Parts: sequence; structure tokens; C-alpha cells
Amino acid sequence: MLQPNARNGVSLADFVPTEEQVARLRQKARFVRLETIRLIEIAKVGHYSSVFSAAEIFAALYYDVMALRPGEPHWPDRDRFLMGKGHAAVGLFPILADYGYIDPAVLDGYTRLGNPLGDHPDMTKVPGIDFSSGSIGHALSGACGMAMGARIAGKQFHTFVMLGDGEMQEGQVWEAALFASHYKLSNLVAIVDRNGYQLDGQVDEIMGIEPIAAKWRAFGWQVHEVDGHNVRELTALLRYLKADTGRQEPACIIARTVKGKGVSYMESEPGWHLGYLAPEDAQRAIEEIMSKEI
Amino acid sequence: MLQPRCAESWQYRALNALTPGLDHFSDALIELAQAGYPVVAGSADLQYSNGLNKFARMIPERYIQFGISEQNMVSAAAGLATTGQMPFVATFASFLGLLCCEQIRMDIAYSKLPVRLIGHHTGFSLGFYGTSHHASEDIGSLRSIAGLTIVSPADGPQFFNALKASVDWNEPIYFRIGRGREPDVYTRGAPFSIGKAIEHCTGDELTVIACGLPVHPALQAIRRLNASGRSIGFIDMATIKPLDREAVLRAAHRSRQIMTIEEHNILGGLGSAVAEVLTEAGIGKRLIRHGIKDEYALIAPPTHLYAHYQLDEKGIAQVIAQALAQ
Repeated sequence: MLQPNARNGVSLADFVPTEEQVARLRQKARFVRLETIRLIEIAKVGHYSSVFSAAEIFAALYYDVMALRPGEPHWPDRDRFLMGKGHAAVGLFPILADYGYIDPAVLDGYTRLGNPLGDHPDMTKVPGIDFSSGSIGHALSGACGMAMGARIAGKQFHTFVMLGDGEMQEGQVWEAALFASHYKLSNLVAIVDRNGYQLDGQVDEIMGIEPIAAKWRAFGWQVHEVDGHNVRELTALLRYLKADTGRQEPACIIARTVKGKGVSYMESEPGWHLGYLAPEDAQRAIEEIMSKEI
Repeated sequence: MLQPRCAESWQYRALNALTPGLDHFSDALIELAQAGYPVVAGSADLQYSNGLNKFARMIPERYIQFGISEQNMVSAAAGLATTGQMPFVATFASFLGLLCCEQIRMDIAYSKLPVRLIGHHTGFSLGFYGTSHHASEDIGSLRSIAGLTIVSPADGPQFFNALKASVDWNEPIYFRIGRGREPDVYTRGAPFSIGKAIEHCTGDELTVIACGLPVHPALQAIRRLNASGRSIGFIDMATIKPLDREAVLRAAHRSRQIMTIEEHNILGGLGSAVAEVLTEAGIGKRLIRHGIKDEYALIAPPTHLYAHYQLDEKGIAQVIAQALAQ
């Protein structure tokens, strides 16, 4: 999957998490899926499958890779996270509550009148959200600004940005991709959640984006491809990218994922991008999530 | 190698010599940076057009060249602001006000980030470069975005003063400025408060409320008319949002008519903003909105366009005379 970096001898093998760590991260990804079902029951509509494809990415970043301090969402030296696919925020909010950034009672009022938590994340209302989103295509630019801000201020933090694969169709993404490689923003890591689907159907049928790895490479990024549900490999790769100080370019991970991962009928029906599970179906989905190891 | 010999010849990198009003832009940012403010300046392949080349030369570590990617520049400025920097990003007003409208709304205004956007070459000031480069909708598009302040300085010194004043202003700001060839009305260091109109004179017959480039010619025309016995007031409404409602109401109570003058479409701009105040206050005074009459401009050098659309001193005097005759 990944070649050892010859420049400074850093090797991916040095960063593989222990079995115990892997088990904990799997548990956290399961927590993200279950909480997503619970919160969407409040709203009665939501993006289950967009979260499920990204659950292991959320878990690896928030429970292993990113430098964060519980209870201190505005710690200036924290690693940053932005999501171009802001509609998956329902999977992030429980993590922020887990970190003590959001009151549990606020989490339980998801989408109700006046609650800060809506379908898309708002940085002015939600502690722990580093950048508002909802309009696809802005996040990589915002991440470029943060990575540049770290450089200007001499700070060591890393900026991670999760992009949807459908988001690759937005022109602004490629403006930002040029910018990041031009300025050698090696403190920036983009993760493309390559789940293959967007609202109207299959990404490659709606507006093809392949060869996506070659595109990022051609734009001057160091590109890695990984199974986005293999939390061991994903975590090792993210750790490695953060530790590799010899890298001169921004890094892009193409995370091959399955939309709706964890709930069998969502995996085979892209319509679950947006939907609602009535209580009985929700219970069956929960049972499936609990019974399977991803 | 052949070299140009004539004193009148010039190339793009010497453009600043022709646009002295833009020196104030870099000068203010350099002063702020030297005073310890975390200024970061950015431009999208127009640093010689907006004068930021001076900042780039003086403080290169705090200048970002974005290339021709205005939307990326605006969103990245928002990201920069989240890390504690104070970004000032500039491009043609026509691009900021329309091409980047959604990035301004989502990433800057809605996100309450202290970014300063500078749209230069407003109105027809790019003359025969044509409609793609004319900015006659930027006030209209950006005025409807909540949480965004809009400042339209009349000249370079006022822009300088406004930039210095902006460090204490909590909202993001859109500055719309000309091309740096506007005659000076003000001097550096003159008092400037964002949100406060500058009332030059009062008049019983008419009060003219203007912003930006027409301030100088309007003031000239009004001084001449008042010297010949007319009673015309003049307000420089340098801040369009938040609008100084009290200044508008004072003028409306005193004068028989109000006239707004702007190098912008009369729909959605300063004239509309003033109309909203007058109508809501129930003041039954006549309002004349002078500016670009919901049309795209002809091709011509800027000064020819100002004359054609009656935005120079002579034209403004004619428009005022017509109003007074009614």
C-alpha cells in the first residue's frame, strides 16, 4: 500500500497501532454509527450513509491522530479538522460531546429550535467545529488558509480536511489544490472519502472524477490510497503523514470506502444518502452494527 | 536590445506611478503590521493594479500571491483568520462582489471572521475593459449579506484612514475603492469612523448623499452652486452598511429633496439604502437616485464614461440643476 519514505527513513511499519488500539478505534467508529442513528431519530431525516462511510476516518483522526485537549476546543495549538462534506456533521457532533466541547443535553436537542447543532456544522455556534461548511467545495481553501496561518505564526499544528468524492467536481477544490502544492503546505492532509456516490447516483456516472489519485498527484500532492474502513492501516498512514517532517508537499489520502458501511441494505442502495429509519428499522440497523466487526 | 525611449511609454510594473491613490493601501497595511497587528495581505494576480506590490516588497513573509483564484483567496482568508491572522485580500470589485459572493457569505460573514475584503476599480473605472470588469452590482449583492460592513472611501487618504480605523471594527468589512486616480478630498489622519456619515454642508433646497468616486465632483459642483446663492447640503456616506440613518433623517427634515449619487446601479446600492430609511421613517420627501440606471455601460475611457453618465462635476451639476428646477 505504501512505500517507506526513503528521504528520512520513516517507515509506515513504525506507526501501526497495537491490537488494543485498533479494538478501541473500532469501538469508537461503532459509537459514531450508533450515535448517528440516535440523533437522526430526533431530526427524522439525515445523512446516515455519508457518516457510515467516514466513521473509521472520524475515529482515527479524533481518537488517535489529532492533537486535541478535552474541554479545550479553542486550544491554539490543536490540530484542525474541516469537512467539505459538511452533511456528515451528525457523525462528528457526538465526538465533540465526548471531548466535552458540547453539553450532552445540547447534543440531545440536535436540530430542535435554537439548538446550535444542525445538519451542517457552524463554527460560530459549535465549540470544536473549526470551519463552517455546507456549501461543497470551500473547505480545502479554508484548510489552506489555516495551514498557511500556522506557517506564518510558526505553529506546528496540522490541518486535516475531509472531502467528499463528489466534491471533486467543484472547481474551487482544484484552485486550492494548486495553492497547497505551490506553497508546499506539508502541514496539510486531505482525505477523500471515496464512497462512490453523491445525491443523484454514482459519482462516476454523474460526473466522472477518475483517475482521481493521478489528478492529485499531477497537482503536486503526495497521494496514498487506503481502505478507508481498515482502521489499522488508516491510522498508521495518518500517524505516518503527521510524523514525516521530511515531506515537502501536502498529502492526499484516497480512502476507498463504502457508502452506508455497516448496514447491509444501505451499502447496496445509494438512496440512503438521505433518509429516515423508523424505530423498528433503526433497531435492526443497530443490531447489525453491534454484531459485525468492520 | 531595443528599449522604449519615450517618457510617456510605460509597462504594467510601473503602473503605480499613474495610480498614486493606491499607495495608501500598502502604506496603511505596512503601518499596521509594523505596529504589531498580524496583517496578512493577499491578491489574485493584481498586485500592481491594487498597489499591494509595495507591501509584498516590504513584508514578503506576510504577503500571499493567490494567482487567478479569487474564490480560493476569499475562503483561504477565512481559514487564515481562524488562526489569529488579520487578512486583507484584494481583487477587482467586479469579481469580489459577484464571483466570490457565496464564499463571502458562508466563510466570512456567516462565520463572523475578521477578514477585510478590498474590491478595487469600482464602477466604470476600468473603462473600455468592458462590462466584465465594471463593478456596478457589488454593493447590491453584498449589502444583503448579514454581518458584513460595507465602506466606500472617496479617495486614497480616506481609504488609508478607514483601514487604520478598521482594526477596532469587529465585523468583516468590504471596502470598495476606485483605481487610485481620484482627486483627494481628504488628508491622511483626518478623523474617520466606520458607520458615521461625513456631513460637509447643509442646505434647504436639496441634500446630496454620495459615496466613493462621485464625492469629489459632487462636492465641487455643490460648492460652486452654493457660491452662486443655492442652498445645497452634502453628505459623504462613506459607510453604506451600517448606514448612518440619523444623518439621512436630519437631511430629510431640513431639505426639500434628497439626491443620492453613486457609481453603481441605482437598484440595490446607496440610493436603495437611503430610500429604505426615508420610506420607513414616513418622510414624504422626494428622492432622486443618480447613478447607473440599471444598464451596462458603453465602451470608452473612464473619464468619457463619467461625462456620458453625468458622474463628473459638470454632469452632476446638470442633474442637480434639473432637480432644483422641479
